[in-house]
Amino acid sequence: MPVPQAKLDALAARIAGLDLARGGWAGAARAEALARLGAMGLPAKRDEYWRYTDPAALIAPQAPHAATFAAADEPPVFDGIERLRIVFVDGVFDPALSDDLRLAGVEIELLSRAGQTDIHWAREVYGVLEARGQAPVQRPLAALNTAFADEGVLIRATGRAARPVALIYLHRSETSDAILHHCIKVEAGAELTVLESGPAAARFNKVMEVDVAAGGRFHHIRAQGRDHGRRAATHLFARLGAESLLKSFTLTANGVLTRNEVVIELLGDDGVAHIAGAAVGDGAFHHDDTVFITHAGLRCESRQVFKKVLMNGAVGVFQGKILVKPGAQKTDGYQISQSLLLDGDSQFLAKPELEIHADDVKCSHGSTSGAIDEVALFYLRARGVPEAAAKSLLVMAFLAETITEIGDEAIAADIRLRLQNWLERHGR
Amino acid sequence: MLEIQNLHVRLEAEDKPILKGVDLNVAAGTVHAIMGPNGSGKSTLSYVLAGRDGYEVTDGTATLDGADLLAMEPEERAAAGLFLAFQYPVEIPGVGNMTFLRTAVNAQRKARGQEEMSAGEFLKVVRDRAGKLRIDADMLKRAVNVGFSGGEKKRNEILQMAMLEPKMCILDETDSGLDVDAMRLVSDGVNALRDAGRAFLVITHYQRLLDHIRPDVVHIMADGRIVKSGGPDLALEVERNGYADILAEAL
Repeated sequence: MPVPQAKLDALAARIAGLDLARGGWAGAARAEALARLGAMGLPAKRDEYWRYTDPAALIAPQAPHAATFAAADEPPVFDGIERLRIVFVDGVFDPALSDDLRLAGVEIELLSRAGQTDIHWAREVYGVLEARGQAPVQRPLAALNTAFADEGVLIRATGRAARPVALIYLHRSETSDAILHHCIKVEAGAELTVLESGPAAARFNKVMEVDVAAGGRFHHIRAQGRDHGRRAATHLFARLGAESLLKSFTLTANGVLTRNEVVIELLGDDGVAHIAGAAVGDGAFHHDDTVFITHAGLRCESRQVFKKVLMNGAVGVFQGKILVKPGAQKTDGYQISQSLLLDGDSQFLAKPELEIHADDVKCSHGSTSGAIDEVALFYLRARGVPEAAAKSLLVMAFLAETITEIGDEAIAADIRLRLQNWLERHGR
Repeated sequence: MLEIQNLHVRLEAEDKPILKGVDLNVAAGTVHAIMGPNGSGKSTLSYVLAGRDGYEVTDGTATLDGADLLAMEPEERAAAGLFLAFQYPVEIPGVGNMTFLRTAVNAQRKARGQEEMSAGEFLKVVRDRAGKLRIDADMLKRAVNVGFSGGEKKRNEILQMAMLEPKMCILDETDSGLDVDAMRLVSDGVNALRDAGRAFLVITHYQRLLDHIRPDVVHIMADGRIVKSGGPDLALEVERNGYADILAEAL
């Protein structure tokens, strides 16, 4: 089918001001991504995969204006966690704010510096997992990222990383438009935790490709930044080997528009992938989780746990799919998406999908929307807990199943505190 | 301590009068029991006193040590010393029992201008009181009432009462769903809290609970009013003959 002219026009307008970084080992991958992109065009509102989220602000030639925001009322997230910090300001690496990139058990290089050196493992990841994730659903913003990203980190874990690697995204310019592309390789039996935090820019396009070899373990926890006006389109592409594990948790509080896509392939046998998200929005907040998990190996387990707390016209979207390929017997797939609507103005749109081509599998999915449980609220108040605190307790209870997916208790406690503070600020 | 005068209450959703002039006076240090047939308004009385939504007071007053209960939010009534042990304790998935207890205890202390209990002190007190009710560490760790048996839920209500140390305790059919042993545990828990500064209002269908928690006064409630009051013997009379004779006499 030919690509509609409008999509091609949108693409031409979007990339007119961007430079394709040529040469080096990634040059071919970028050129291929550009070709992929040309065959797709940019997403449009009428696309099936963009039914609930208008991509206009994400594809516009210029990033819409977004005020910066300095939270004076609480220290930055993960501040108390011992970690290696890699800081980007409006998408530009800041060496002065970053730690030395040496860490036992891990090799770290910047994408911008890696261009001329041949980092052979990155060749097998950069743009490769993104390209695999383009079927059966097109993800043009990810292809655009692969083609034009000139910064990001390449992280290879060869053992057990001594500390988490923290990617910190600061937002200082009200018109910044950042593109970052990270590649992560967790070698056989290695273990790595990556933290991400901050708004990054007025508009942020980020791709993270994660290749987990047999027996590798990858933990990912991110908090997307409290700036109200920021917009973000992020993609996590992951490929999992035998007996490997990937756990990813995302906290989203505020942000006028967020689209988080996660594409996981369980290729080896006995792999485990858990994807969780807690989103809280008040007013101008549109949050979209779009997840695609493919089971190709035997006895793999996947969990998708997404919860959203919405008020004053906030909108939550969930599109989640589990695809069980022929032969992926003993698959254990679980998917739940729920929203807690704190008033009558907010909206939750969910599209859960299962596609199963094997006969001995266990897959379940559920999606609900509800209000605060008035009976439980009265019970708490009857025990002396003031209404606002009681509501906050019930909201935290609603979100608890997502936070349980964070393995590290100190990190989980930090996330819990952020949520409690947010609820307090927003009168719940 | 608890004074109720001419209390009239309507169920908002159905525009239906439930309480039609309740008069009740419970003095400090005493135990009053309310018995009565189904639908007589016993549970409504307990919910209205605790401040549940959905009821409209159309006439009358209810005070606790002279303070107007009906003007207070539910949490203010609790801080003022009122406690309702629920007929159907509520399950709250995701909220740990211990967190719940500690939040409640400290919220009430804060409302009364007292210092919060330290984590260590709280743990010590809760373990001691839970132990007496045979509530083990696992039940304290689990989410509030989730997966608890009927008996465990009722024991958990009494644990909350023991931790909050209210002055006016209302027990709404705390005996329903309890076996003989659980009834003894619950009763022992209640009796341990009896003292000169505290009063109890025990709502029950059966005289059996009153063998364990000896009341000073027994009231019979029917059609939204207290139709007869007497000593402990009144409960025995109900057990023997049912409500028919008493109601015929009262009406």
